[in-house]
Amino acid sequence: MEIILCPLVIALLKALLGNKINKWIMSVLSIATLGLVIKVYFEKVAALNSGIWQTLFDKPWFSDSIRFTLGFDGVTYLLLLLTSILTPIVISSVSDNRHKFIIPLILVMQSALNGVFMAKDGLMFYILWELALIPIYFITLLYSHKDAYITTIRFFIFTFLGSLAMLASLIYLYLKTGSTSFSYEALINVQLSLKEAILVGGGFLLAFAVKIPLVPFHIWQADTYTNAPAQGSMMLSGVMLKMALYGLIRWYMPLCGESISYFQPAIMVMAVFGVVYGAIIALKQNDMKRLIAYSSLSHVGLITAGLFSLTLSGFEGGMLQMFTHGINVVGLFFVIEIIEYHYKSRDLSQLGGLAKHHKLFTILYFVVVLGSLAAPLTNGFPGELMLLKSIFDYNSLTGIVAGLTIILCAVYMLRMFQLSMLGESEIVMNKIDTVKLMPLFIISAIVVYIGLNPQSLIDVIHPSIQHIMEDIANSKGVLS
Amino acid sequence: MNTLSIILGLPLLGFIINGIFGSKIPKSLSGGIGTISVFLSFIFSIMALPMFIENPEYTIKLDLFTFLSFDTFNLRVAFTLDRLSLWMTLIVTGIGTLIHVYSISYMKEDEGFYKFFAYLNFFIFNMLLLILGSNFIMLFFGWEGVGLCSYLLIGFWYKNAEYGKAARKAFIMNRIGDLGLLLGIFMIIQQFGTLEFTTVFEEINKGTVSVNTLNAIGILLFIGAMGKSAQIPLFTWLPDAMAGPTPVSALIHAATMVTAGIYLVIRCSALYVLSPIANEVIIWTGLSTAIVAALIGLKQNDIKKVLAYSTVSQLGFMFVALGCGAYTTALFHVTTHAFFKALLFLGAGSVIHGMHHEQDIRKMGGLKSKMPITYYTFLIGTLAITGFPFLSGFFSKDEILTIAFNHNIVVYILLVGSALLTGIYMFRLLFVTFFGEYRNQHYAFDKVHESPRLMTLPLMILAVLSIFGGLLNLPHYLQHEGGILQNWLKPVIGLTHSGQHEISFNTEMILVSIAVLVFVTAFILTRMRYISRKQVPQEQTPTGVLGIISNKFYFDEIYDLIFVKPFETMSIWLQQVFELKIVSKISYGIHDILRFFGGLNKKIQNGNIEYYLMFMVIGVLILLGFNFFN
Repeated sequence: MEIILCPLVIALLKALLGNKINKWIMSVLSIATLGLVIKVYFEKVAALNSGIWQTLFDKPWFSDSIRFTLGFDGVTYLLLLLTSILTPIVISSVSDNRHKFIIPLILVMQSALNGVFMAKDGLMFYILWELALIPIYFITLLYSHKDAYITTIRFFIFTFLGSLAMLASLIYLYLKTGSTSFSYEALINVQLSLKEAILVGGGFLLAFAVKIPLVPFHIWQADTYTNAPAQGSMMLSGVMLKMALYGLIRWYMPLCGESISYFQPAIMVMAVFGVVYGAIIALKQNDMKRLIAYSSLSHVGLITAGLFSLTLSGFEGGMLQMFTHGINVVGLFFVIEIIEYHYKSRDLSQLGGLAKHHKLFTILYFVVVLGSLAAPLTNGFPGELMLLKSIFDYNSLTGIVAGLTIILCAVYMLRMFQLSMLGESEIVMNKIDTVKLMPLFIISAIVVYIGLNPQSLIDVIHPSIQHIMEDIANSKGVLS
Repeated sequence: MNTLSIILGLPLLGFIINGIFGSKIPKSLSGGIGTISVFLSFIFSIMALPMFIENPEYTIKLDLFTFLSFDTFNLRVAFTLDRLSLWMTLIVTGIGTLIHVYSISYMKEDEGFYKFFAYLNFFIFNMLLLILGSNFIMLFFGWEGVGLCSYLLIGFWYKNAEYGKAARKAFIMNRIGDLGLLLGIFMIIQQFGTLEFTTVFEEINKGTVSVNTLNAIGILLFIGAMGKSAQIPLFTWLPDAMAGPTPVSALIHAATMVTAGIYLVIRCSALYVLSPIANEVIIWTGLSTAIVAALIGLKQNDIKKVLAYSTVSQLGFMFVALGCGAYTTALFHVTTHAFFKALLFLGAGSVIHGMHHEQDIRKMGGLKSKMPITYYTFLIGTLAITGFPFLSGFFSKDEILTIAFNHNIVVYILLVGSALLTGIYMFRLLFVTFFGEYRNQHYAFDKVHESPRLMTLPLMILAVLSIFGGLLNLPHYLQHEGGILQNWLKPVIGLTHSGQHEISFNTEMILVSIAVLVFVTAFILTRMRYISRKQVPQEQTPTGVLGIISNKFYFDEIYDLIFVKPFETMSIWLQQVFELKIVSKISYGIHDILRFFGGLNKKIQNGNIEYYLMFMVIGVLILLGFNFFN
């Protein structure tokens, strides 16, 4: 419970004190949540080996049937860890003092996201899922540079329509339980006919496909990432879209397992198509934020395809890559924010020659780029290896097409790095304060650490993943 | 402490020290640290040698930790030193040391001096990972790692955007090959459930795997080798890679990294012995590369580019040997080539240094009087590569030709043709650079100078190695019990034919005579043209067939046309037209529909759409809340 409350308390503090406390203090304060997450992990570490989703907290909420139930296992832990590592970093990147409410909004969002990852009650999951949307809605609406209204509305409508479908599915499942409970255990035991499963599962998938996003549900994404303030883009791509990927393995697959084989080929095609589609568009983008938006589209496509291969390596690689992608994409947006702040531009056709201004910045930027293009000894490599392997096992042709990402990603990432950092340029740049690079340094350290020892994360999630896979197998009616 | 951890750890340590403290310590110290770390690594490899000589089956293992375990297998960070990897380690650290020494002097004016040594050390470390890894993933780690170092070092002078492009091209072309290698690795996982070399090869030797599968794996792995070892169609990055500092070209793009593809095939010899189709693919790819690159080399006027195409061509020779199953021969040529090609590149570097960064051979000439050491060592290198009798290249190339003769007479004839071309472009380079009259108006002949001792010393050592390198594997007719290398590799490679035992002494002597004849022909033809008639390569580009050759067969232009341009056009079209026009229309359509309903609502609520939606969410939540309360 305190994991959810802690960010709210800090948010309240900031809202009350206003400008009396600056972003650095806020950033440090928000590390408290990280401490809490790790504390809970060590309290529960023994129980986690069973892989069962432990219940941390359970109270009736609206009624006995809608309960406030918090669960905890390896998968949840990994995502809580990601959220609570990234939030302080996102807060520290706020550079505009006019954005008065942005820090409280980020914290409220963190609280809601933590709730989503822990929710063990169907309706609670839905409510927090929607709640997480409200802060990001205000962040993009209030603090965007331009076209805020139309972009935000489009983003909101799309995700909202998807969520409605999910709500309908949840209610249908609830009616089928025969009891008056939205609890995970009750919902998971519902037996559906194939037809029902397709309808119900379709509802979930629609909600998730919009948020991940899968092509062609991605139309809101590029504009939102580009126009939103950097912090909005970080929260969206770093954490929020993981909500949907998480939803796939925690909610959709175990609940509607009967429908997986029906949807599998279509989703695989959409996901792998998205991998190549996003990568190709990213090749020639000059707006760095838009470039990252499309590269993100490509990366999450790969994760989705891995999850839908329904193999152990696909699941574990997918989880690992969710974490990694969150770290890397926030790192990249952080870099863009620094460049834009000091340079007043993020247009690659105008940038260049920044390397000579700040050596440490160049190195850290390069490390994050390497992580994104999955070079060995960085965090991107193990996840991508496992994902590609699982996709290749599913079907060798899909594996080859998805594998194109290792070529294309190198092309656009190195292009971005070189056009912004290398070469000669006349433009003068304000001096970068080395202290400002601290969060980026932490990100690079994580990139290298996970690159060297990915097994440490795999060990955390392995029992839970196996348990979830059993649930899925039971739900499918056939043991796979 | 395990010898292996020392051999691997020292270059890594050098990288870390120079990487972190490099900017704070004097140049001599950072150069010293870089050089000594590699040199010590070399010494430790030598010290391990006696144990390997005593016991053919001897191996040193180092098993560190589980990197990743998924599905049913564990990927260990583990290393094995056996006779094959020891041989490669000696080449890498030995030549590496010489090139580090050379670099201390060559790079001394450069502001990025310590960075250069940090990268070089990191390269050596990654190369050792590649060679010493005891499973395919470790190999892949090193494989990608050397690619990264190559990227960093080609683009070392980062302020020049052109160099940056060359670096990127190298990295991307390598990645195309890497995809093949990765897919090959996936197939191995599917077939064998493990990636450990020993286990995989034992399984293959049981003969339970179908030939088709082995062929497929063999070809996929070879695609990886094509990228790294610059074979057609993935070779165009290597000549561009000459943008990097010359010691880098010598170390990475001639002596070591580019031979990684050869190493991969030798390591997987157990697999290739049983995959005939893959072998044919290797032979014909290698052969066409050997010829095409040699042809292009004829018309290049940049001293480093000539050598780059020569490297590509020589790598083609090695692949032909591999395809014929002559793994020892290929490794022999890797070794001698490492000697003489490193020598030639460092010699070229010395010329460039002496001429104040001039690389165009049309602006050189008559340098032999000004740079005697460079000239004589370069001469030895040239004689070695062109096959002057009893120098190292003569033996190793002759072995490849003999093997080819045994395999297929057409391959042999084409390869002899390529050897002739090798002689011509090399003597052309030698004569135009060092003989004739000095032709540079912008840089006075008096200012041309011999390079300092730190640069000429490695040249002299490499020259000695280029002369006597042939002793490492003398042919059957000179050493009856078989060459040193051949016996050395027997425990690792096992059953493979060396080709030499199957032909009579007379045939062998005829082949040797042909090889000598080729050398003499090349020498006389070139001498007539560039010394007797004193010709100088023309300024303007020729037309016709020669035009095609001097334009490198338009490989870059063709790739541009069929790969780069379509992808770029597609990228722009998808974003500008598809995303912005079509897809946006649809999404605005949805927006308009909702706005229409929103408009109906406006009469009642008089709010705008976002409030409408907000109320909708809240309304739904409240409704639900109430619903379940009752």
